[in-house]
Amino acid sequence: MWEYSEKLKDHFFHPRNVGELEECNAVGEVGSLACGDALKLFVKIDPESDRILDARFKTFGCGSAIASSSALTEMIKGRTVDEALKITNQDIADYLGGLPPEKMHCSVMGRDAFHAAIACYRKEPAPRELLEGELVCECFGVTDKQIRDVVKENNLSTVEEVTNYTKAGGGCGQCHEKIEQLIAEVRGELKRTEAAGRVRKAMTNIQKIAKIQEVLEKEIRPMLQQDGGDVELIDVEGNRVVVALRGLCTSCPSAGLTTAGIETKLKELVHPDLVVEEVSG
Amino acid sequence: MKTVYLDNNATTMVAPEVFETMRPFFLERYGNPSSMHSFGGTVARVVAAAREHLAELLGVSPREVVFTSGGTESDSTAIMSALATMPERREIVTTRVEHPAVLNLCKNLGRTKGYTVRWLSVDKEGMVDLEEARSKITDQTAIVSVMWANNETGVIFPVREIAEIAYDRGALFHTDAVQAVGKVPLDLPSSSINLLSLSGHKLHAPKGIGALYIKKGTRFSPFIIGGHQESNRRGGTENVPGIVGLGEAARLAAENLAEENQRVRRMRDRLQEGLLEVIPSCRVNGSIGHRLPNTLNIGFEFVEGEAILLRMDEKGICASSGSACTSGSLEPSHVLRAMGVPFTAVHGSIRFSLSRYNSEGEMEYVIRELPGIIAFLRAMSPFDASSLATVCTVQ
Repeated sequence: MWEYSEKLKDHFFHPRNVGELEECNAVGEVGSLACGDALKLFVKIDPESDRILDARFKTFGCGSAIASSSALTEMIKGRTVDEALKITNQDIADYLGGLPPEKMHCSVMGRDAFHAAIACYRKEPAPRELLEGELVCECFGVTDKQIRDVVKENNLSTVEEVTNYTKAGGGCGQCHEKIEQLIAEVRGELKRTEAAGRVRKAMTNIQKIAKIQEVLEKEIRPMLQQDGGDVELIDVEGNRVVVALRGLCTSCPSAGLTTAGIETKLKELVHPDLVVEEVSG
Repeated sequence: MKTVYLDNNATTMVAPEVFETMRPFFLERYGNPSSMHSFGGTVARVVAAAREHLAELLGVSPREVVFTSGGTESDSTAIMSALATMPERREIVTTRVEHPAVLNLCKNLGRTKGYTVRWLSVDKEGMVDLEEARSKITDQTAIVSVMWANNETGVIFPVREIAEIAYDRGALFHTDAVQAVGKVPLDLPSSSINLLSLSGHKLHAPKGIGALYIKKGTRFSPFIIGGHQESNRRGGTENVPGIVGLGEAARLAAENLAEENQRVRRMRDRLQEGLLEVIPSCRVNGSIGHRLPNTLNIGFEFVEGEAILLRMDEKGICASSGSACTSGSLEPSHVLRAMGVPFTAVHGSIRFSLSRYNSEGEMEYVIRELPGIIAFLRAMSPFDASSLATVCTVQ
């Protein structure tokens, strides 16, 4: 059972500002049903003074998601947009008397929804669409930029903390290494030795095939088999690795992601120039 | 406020009779059953009597029963023993919906010891497919481990049939029957089940005691090595109060099996009917026809499980949820996902599990209180049936 503060319980059992706002000029939406939590924020801003006149929310989620939404609306009401934009996820958590570490992503969701609403008000593209960079966590759709930001803002140092704040890495776990790298980069701890270690010895073709086979057997197949899928090595031509997906993988809509995942793993463990191609059959 | 305890698949109250039976073994009869003096030696007789009670509930010989510390130890013992006695076979067959005690052990054996784990999937009713079992159990299979009944949905698996398939292929068969023992009749001697795990605290005995049934003639390799206790099959001084408690709980379970299947089933069915009748957009998870009599798993769409549990808790109602947020992990129940329960319902899944200590009045109380909780949370949710079209496209 979670240790929730009295303030948090109060905001969960008696949430403030629930509902939709008819005359609002800013709406922000984050999360989804699949992820297990979602927040839709309605804000009414006075265009003259840029002051937030009213705010309402609708939230699907756990106790701390609902309490964080309620807290957010209370915190932004009466402030100017610029003042309110300074509110961090930590401020929301503090307002509630703290959140369990595993629930910090609920406060991040609150902040993100507000930023999305303000982007809508200022007719800017939604922050989510602005996110350049690559998708790191495929399970929860989190990019490297989001991870960098949250690490910087909250001074995070472990993968677990990043998961608590963004959900990234909370699914299949394939991106843990990438998250570690991002944390190290942000914290300026990326060792030069790491880069030096990447210089690989030249391999004969036979050695390369054997190594690819080994990585498939030890690293990739067990992972796919857990989800009812499988992969078979068909051919290796130079740096082109041809594989066929089997089992549930063949009908999986994210088969493309699987192939990409295999490629990442092979690049990392065998040779950085490898390219994976999928054939059917 | 009165507590309405509907989480008996998590753990149960120790039956008052069980507690009374255990009481003397703390302050008075605390001797070691292995001792030469009668103060300890007479305790050995009590342990033997408890073993007989449990054997009787299972319909087996007392010599086939080994006491352990609980379900997890029994599961580990069974699977590790099978692998140790059949070193030439390197495959394990199990289901995707096992309790973590089996699921994570098998994953770990696959990852660290190089065993190949073949996973049996389940359909949307939560049932395994015998054809798939036939194709995956081969002469390379050392052990097949399939739970008797699922802890989240209560779905009962065709373990006898799968045990036959295993027998035909020369593989051992183990079943985690932690949720089934005391709730449904087991006829073990007529089956090809080699190993069966059970846990005391799921049938009104205390926590920390369990047992493993080892069919006569099954090759066995102990998991905990130490003294000669349990005929050299499980080292360590016997947990005498626990064993005595489990014996008494088994005796009571045998006595109450009919009640479990009539009165408890009726209460569960009433709860199901009462909730489905008044709450729109909810569904029963798991095969309605092949279920434990005490378990009800309902998915309430568009609301999240932890929020439901917290509000029920305020009303004194204890249940559990397959939602991601209740577990500390971000992934919702592996059982419901394996069944393909849609996301709209999986996060809002609540499991009610009854016992013979529940009353009809308690069911009516839940039927009165829960609709308001669901309605309150749904009014707050940005999703409803009409928003589903957009929901499906959201990243």
